[in-house]
Amino acid sequence: MDILTHFNYWAAIALATIGLYAVVARHNLIKKLIGLSLFQTAVFLLFITIGKVTGGTAPILDAAYSVYSNPLPHVLILTAIVVSVATLAVGLALAIAIKRDYGTVEEDEIHDADNDPGPGSA
Amino acid sequence: MIASHLPVLQVALPLIAAPLCVLLRRPTLAWAFATLVSWALLAMSILLLVRVMADGVISYHLGGWAPPFGIEYRLDALNCFVLLVISAIAAVVTPYMRQSVASEIAAPRHNLFYGVYLLALTGLLGIAATGDAFNIYVFMEISSLASYVLIGLGPSRRARAAAFQYLIMGTIGATFLLIGIGLLYMMTGTLNLADLSQRVAEVQDMRPIYAAFAFITVGVLIKLALFPLHIWLPNAYTHAPSAVSAFLAASATKVGAYVLLRFVFTLFGLEFSFERMPLMEILMPLSLIAILVGSGVAIFQHDLKRLFAYSSIGQIGYLGLGISFASTSGLTGAIVHIFNHAMMKGGIFLALGCMMYRTGSVELSALHGLGRRMPFTMAALIIGGLGLVGVPLTSGFVSKWYLVQAALEADLWPVAVLILLGSLVALVYVGRVIEAAYFHPPAAGAPPIRETPLQMLIPTWILLAASLYFGVHTDITVGVAERGAEMLLGIAQ
Repeated sequence: MDILTHFNYWAAIALATIGLYAVVARHNLIKKLIGLSLFQTAVFLLFITIGKVTGGTAPILDAAYSVYSNPLPHVLILTAIVVSVATLAVGLALAIAIKRDYGTVEEDEIHDADNDPGPGSA
Repeated sequence: MIASHLPVLQVALPLIAAPLCVLLRRPTLAWAFATLVSWALLAMSILLLVRVMADGVISYHLGGWAPPFGIEYRLDALNCFVLLVISAIAAVVTPYMRQSVASEIAAPRHNLFYGVYLLALTGLLGIAATGDAFNIYVFMEISSLASYVLIGLGPSRRARAAAFQYLIMGTIGATFLLIGIGLLYMMTGTLNLADLSQRVAEVQDMRPIYAAFAFITVGVLIKLALFPLHIWLPNAYTHAPSAVSAFLAASATKVGAYVLLRFVFTLFGLEFSFERMPLMEILMPLSLIAILVGSGVAIFQHDLKRLFAYSSIGQIGYLGLGISFASTSGLTGAIVHIFNHAMMKGGIFLALGCMMYRTGSVELSALHGLGRRMPFTMAALIIGGLGLVGVPLTSGFVSKWYLVQAALEADLWPVAVLILLGSLVALVYVGRVIEAAYFHPPAAGAPPIRETPLQMLIPTWILLAASLYFGVHTDITVGVAERGAEMLLGIAQ
């Protein structure tokens, strides 16, 4: 029963876990960033769903409605989405720079290249 | 008129200055502008600290909206102290940057560099100034994103890999903080820190509050780089441009410590954090391991920047330890160590930047013979090192004195012994630096090396002279820190 009534939390937890797992388990930098975005998005969903009031409408002032959902989490998440987009942009930019410098975006190959400097390494 | 808006100007000024700085195409102009901004910030933070110490807490309502609905900037003794530390470090490091950055980063990017640097400064000052939980998250991300870029600008390709690793760790940390804040908002319906602290007390038996506490603590500990969440720090500090290492080592982790203090004591409260939640039992062993392992690993490093980065992990352990005592002397030690370590480690990384500028290397072997060739730079490095050990007359001694006192007050004499043991380990790595600099002849055929240019040497010495001065004259630093500690513990006011 609890699982069904709180399914929004379970969805957020499942998405966050999948995202975090990808960050930890994947060696490809791009896949890591995808995981990171998924993790952040899961937290956004958690925020959005706690603002929902059962039977509430969008918070527009009108005589016909008296129950509104809480708009504050939406506003917070708008800011957080901007942060997440910026993070993704910086992360991708770094991944491109790494690809240019190392010739790969695989973490273990970068690690090997650093420990065993071949010809032409900076 | 302007004086009443100082709390927000402290954050808004660097934020507005950052894009303007990017428009200044000439490297010298961009640098001069950033320097002016940093000096203005220092002046403001001094004014604010004087006002707060005289009149008590300043509450600034952003846009005139009254808290808890509007965003509040709330400045008390602790805040202002942290603001002062950050802006003082910036005011000293920025003048230094001109030559250091010119030698490590291509000239067409200088305006961008200073722009991003001002953004990092905005974020750090914002975290310290704000009284709103969500604002802390946003400012933390502003400062972190700017730091990733600054670190990624380092000369070697490893800088990019280090920045990426920090980006992953830092984002996970910040998102944990966001989850915690979300759970708090869910339970209380407010984001204002002062308001939260009252409402959390009403619902503190609810499980989401426990989860929020755990998420926030772990998230902040990643930013603070407390063992075992320190993995990002050595690479980031080692490969960043020299001036950036100095700035971040002196400011970023200190702000992390401040956020931890704010959440643990002001928001959740002493009773919740230390009696309902086992914060002391978790923080104390981790801090002690950080002190011993961080300092221990530092002994075996050949790259000096990496050596002092590991030493930072040890020093962060002292911060964590002071917090874990939850007593006046422990917190005083921690807060004073925020200041002292910022001065010492900032000075050390600036001295390493001087060495990099002249010799092009920060390897231990490159130190050979430098004791005679760059006497002032090396003397600065050694004074900073002795401060890390905690030799009397340096400011490092003051922080450790309070920490040992706190350990003895709490009847934890083994902890006091471990604090002293940590100092001994630090003595070993500082000893290696002294040995390399003074007791080895320069390598045969080494090119002649001159002393560092004054524009870089003076900032280095300002920080280290401050660390010596405040090692003897402890009234100001300890006075403010004690007041901050008493406020956090709810003894005064």
